[in-house]
Amino acid sequence: MLDQAGLDRALTRIAHEIVEQAGGADLALVGIKNRGETLAERIAEKIAGIESKRPAVGALDITLYRDDLGSRAEQPRVRSTEIPFPLKGITVVLVDDVLFTGRTIRAAMDALMDLGRPRVIRLAVLVDRGHRELPIRPDYVGKNLPTSRKESVAVMLREHDGQDRVVIQEPEEGEPEPEARRAKMKDGRVPGTPTSRNEE
Amino acid sequence: MAWKRKDLVSMQDTEAAEITEVLDTAESMKEIATREIKKVPTLRGKTIVNLFYEASTRTRTSFEIAGKWLSADVINFSGSGSSAEKGESFLDTAKNIEAMSPDVVVVRHKAPGGPALLAKHLKCSVINAGDGAHEHPTQALLDLLTIRQKKGHLEGLNVTIVGDITHSRVARSDIHAMRKMGMTVTVAGPPTLIPPACQDMGVKVSHRLEEAIAHADVIMMLRLQHERMTGGFIPSLREYSRVWGLTLDRLTHCRPDVLIMHPGPVNRGVELSPEVADSQYSVILDQVTNGVAVRMAVLYLLAGSRAA
Repeated sequence: MLDQAGLDRALTRIAHEIVEQAGGADLALVGIKNRGETLAERIAEKIAGIESKRPAVGALDITLYRDDLGSRAEQPRVRSTEIPFPLKGITVVLVDDVLFTGRTIRAAMDALMDLGRPRVIRLAVLVDRGHRELPIRPDYVGKNLPTSRKESVAVMLREHDGQDRVVIQEPEEGEPEPEARRAKMKDGRVPGTPTSRNEE
Repeated sequence: MAWKRKDLVSMQDTEAAEITEVLDTAESMKEIATREIKKVPTLRGKTIVNLFYEASTRTRTSFEIAGKWLSADVINFSGSGSSAEKGESFLDTAKNIEAMSPDVVVVRHKAPGGPALLAKHLKCSVINAGDGAHEHPTQALLDLLTIRQKKGHLEGLNVTIVGDITHSRVARSDIHAMRKMGMTVTVAGPPTLIPPACQDMGVKVSHRLEEAIAHADVIMMLRLQHERMTGGFIPSLREYSRVWGLTLDRLTHCRPDVLIMHPGPVNRGVELSPEVADSQYSVILDQVTNGVAVRMAVLYLLAGSRAA
């Protein structure tokens, strides 16, 4: 659905939109682990090329804020949160790869609020695939991808998967229901294989 | 994901992959201690009961802080001044506590195997916070986390544990855990305080301090538990200190990057001279800090084990 050039153009456009709307205010990008962090780094590079200043970049792990803990067979792995700058009074752009139900973003906002009080929180996503379960909308979107609930969206980035690409994957015959399948892929991800990182 | 157990009872029964899972999770938990607001909502609505039949400040406090930072409700239940003094059995007390639906019971008891007994009979998770001279698994985990942070790895390191091995649950848990992580363990102390079965645990035994610590990457000094020294194990505290106490002078024969550890509480001037306890080699306070992170990790992992 997006090839390397398309993905790069989408990030360039998002970077320009962020700069335009921020209008010189103190700006930081916070990527949601893992692919959101990588995207935040790339957008920060592009902003550095537009403005004289590279915005601060942080990484957020939302595991401890999930709303489905205790209802899964295994606890998801906790990764570290690295936000080495004060959030008070600044504009924070949350960055994630796929926006789906909105539950990850809810968790990320709670996590950010525990760390400080930003002036504004905005949301940038590479792909918006619809099917929101919470009243959350993105401010910057790389690509709107209408999907069915059964499909999954795989965002591949060269830092993780060796290539830049976005594809929609059809569920295979006999596969478990999407809910169970997403959980399986998120935790049982095999390194090097392209997997979806759909928000739950 | 390596953690599937309901309980954490001993290091002897814990596998290397599970230990690594706890250490990795604890590494991520450390960040919460650096926050202005030290609280995450992860264990909201969960109840943790600290059931302590033996004196403890550090371990109980550490579990309490860990539970509270994860937003669990933590209740402390001490053996003294409770129904135990009225004649209620250990298992009956535990069953009564379970009837109030806790999610985790953290237990310290003088009887080896006490926590394992509870783990078998209770549906909730049980964590061993020390059972007699048997095991103290979260202490071993925080020791490993501290060593891994300072040295960058565990495999291949030489650890020397000095002091009263016989009465030490810390030594027992450390030996099991460190052997599983590929470390070489030497125990050193007076022959009366080294159990004969030590070799069966895969450790080297030394009866000379200088020899035992010369090549150590880590020296773990155990507290001389004078409350247990009633059986004629040592001639006197002063003599023990002179032969087995770690001083700056003795440290000059060690590796320059040696780590000095101690499970606490330290008897200054007995097993450790004050200068050593406060030296740049000492990571004793790092151990305490890491204790909270390790216990957060264990509570988090156990809370997920009963979901399905």
